[in-house]
Amino acid sequence: MISAQVRRRLRRKTVSPLGRALQHGDILFKGALILASLSLLGLMVGVGVMLWLRSAPMRTSAGLAFITATVWNPVGEKFGAAPFIIGTLTTSLLALIIAFPLGLFIAIFLAELCPPGLRSIVGFLVELLAAIPSVVYGLWGIFVFIPSFVIPIGEALMKSLGDPQRFPYLPIFQGPFFGASKLAAGLILAVMILPTIAAISRDVLLAVPRSQREAALALGSTQWETIWQVVLPYGLSGILGAVILGLGRALGETMAVTMVIGNVAQLSASLLSPGYTMASVIANEWGESRTPLYNAALIEIGLLLFFMSLLLNILARSLVWSVARKTPEQRA
Amino acid sequence: MSEFNGGKELSVLPRAGKLRLKRSAIRERFRRVNNAFMLGLTGLTTVVGIVPLVWILLSVFAHGAEVISIRFLTDTFKPTSLGGGGILHALVGTGILIALASLFSVPLGVLAALYVARNPNTSLGLAVRFGTGVLSGLPSVVVGLFIYTLWVSGHGYSALAGGMALAILMLPVIVRTTEEMLRLVPKSLREASLALGAPEWKTALKVWLPAAMTGVITGLMLAVARVAGETAPLLFTALGSNNLSTALDKPIASLPLTLFKYAVDPSKLRNAQAWAIALIIVMLVLLLNVSARLIATWRSKMY
Repeated sequence: MISAQVRRRLRRKTVSPLGRALQHGDILFKGALILASLSLLGLMVGVGVMLWLRSAPMRTSAGLAFITATVWNPVGEKFGAAPFIIGTLTTSLLALIIAFPLGLFIAIFLAELCPPGLRSIVGFLVELLAAIPSVVYGLWGIFVFIPSFVIPIGEALMKSLGDPQRFPYLPIFQGPFFGASKLAAGLILAVMILPTIAAISRDVLLAVPRSQREAALALGSTQWETIWQVVLPYGLSGILGAVILGLGRALGETMAVTMVIGNVAQLSASLLSPGYTMASVIANEWGESRTPLYNAALIEIGLLLFFMSLLLNILARSLVWSVARKTPEQRA
Repeated sequence: MSEFNGGKELSVLPRAGKLRLKRSAIRERFRRVNNAFMLGLTGLTTVVGIVPLVWILLSVFAHGAEVISIRFLTDTFKPTSLGGGGILHALVGTGILIALASLFSVPLGVLAALYVARNPNTSLGLAVRFGTGVLSGLPSVVVGLFIYTLWVSGHGYSALAGGMALAILMLPVIVRTTEEMLRLVPKSLREASLALGAPEWKTALKVWLPAAMTGVITGLMLAVARVAGETAPLLFTALGSNNLSTALDKPIASLPLTLFKYAVDPSKLRNAQAWAIALIIVMLVLLLNVSARLIATWRSKMY
């Protein structure tokens, strides 16, 4: 039995949790951590809010028609974003069609076949592609890639599939063709998003449990059947996430596209004609936008781009996470 | 014999049985060939995937090495009629922009990483991890526009604004790398410090963070590599300049902006100089990436 007196003395010695925290400065520390985390999240919200506010002149003058209007004539104060939205979608999809199969196969090679020593080296080399700055891609595109790769391919396409007499209903390869084109932009974008798709798909495949593979092999599958019929379906949502992340990267890519796409605000079905994308029109016409409405129009295009990439990113990350969460610690 | 159904079937229906056997043999061979073919194709694709990297690096080295010289690095801007000058102004500008961006992003990023590593499963921790991913997917041109609307439209184009834009792009890289490295540090280290009566902040700053210091440094290196060649956000913030300037409230030159301007210039001399700038940027980026990778591998082997 402890006497009441002793108990009272003990109670005086123990400090309340609040007092202890204050004394040590932990409240301040935790506050700083939470503040830093919140401000990081606040940045994202801030981007949307600021662009929304500053695009007000354009939003009030055109409303939703801005998205569907096809005429872009800054001198006549006519602003329609459709040519840029379509240009962005065309080049990004073209890039995706080329980069997805390549990226998936690279991911399969890295995750399933490659010996671990080689895996990190090859993986690193592929990822280095992502480290090369956009503007260097643009420079390489103008002086090397277009003359020695895009022009031969484009001319071959124009002469075969683009012949209006033989394929009158296939306008996407019809000329004229001078090099700077949506095809050039799409091809460069394909190279640029390849590492994104390959690296994330590889991580997804590596997260597929080994038991899945062993079960398939034990049933007599070949290695390819195991990969194609078991591993890929298991990681399907994650691979879809990788593709969407690649698409997100292609949408926002600015400098390389600006330098090779030709920058013409026209609607044309042909991949061989020059075009414009949302990101490239902002970068290219920013210096010329003297009037408030012109300025607001470019900012609104930026706002649209922000929403598109936000949506794609959230979607993609949820998909990639769903595979990672489905899989416990057990890894291949 | 009667229990062996396959044999019975064969004797009753010899033709169908033989046919089935033949089919399955063909199918077996197809499966094996298909397997080898597809697996080979993945290897081939990987080689194809590395071709652009080699091609770009070769072009940059071949074209850039012709122009680079000590004079090119130490001379400031001159008109093409006077030989075109050098890129000292852009080197200094990029140095200042990166220093500013690091100054803004490292404290914020490290604190956020500490929070996430400490509370990975709270809702804020999850939100920050998710938000970091989304932030890294934000187009750099949008980030540039954001800083324009936030700062430049009121205060004018400046090195400071350029640093802010680059800082936002650096943040996700710093947070992710630092967090990963913090989580590699054994928990017992922190627990030992706490058991000795050290408050949490002291444990975090004097035990945990120093143990993960290489992580912070790798994160910083990767982040600098990410923004060293960023051009689009600088169009709306730092603007670029032909003068050698160190003022933080004035427009400032940078390597990627100068590269862009020279690449689209009609003059052959400027194009050649653009390749030289590309060589400098690519070497910087490769060096940072390779050494960050080496440090990270070495570090993860320690624990």
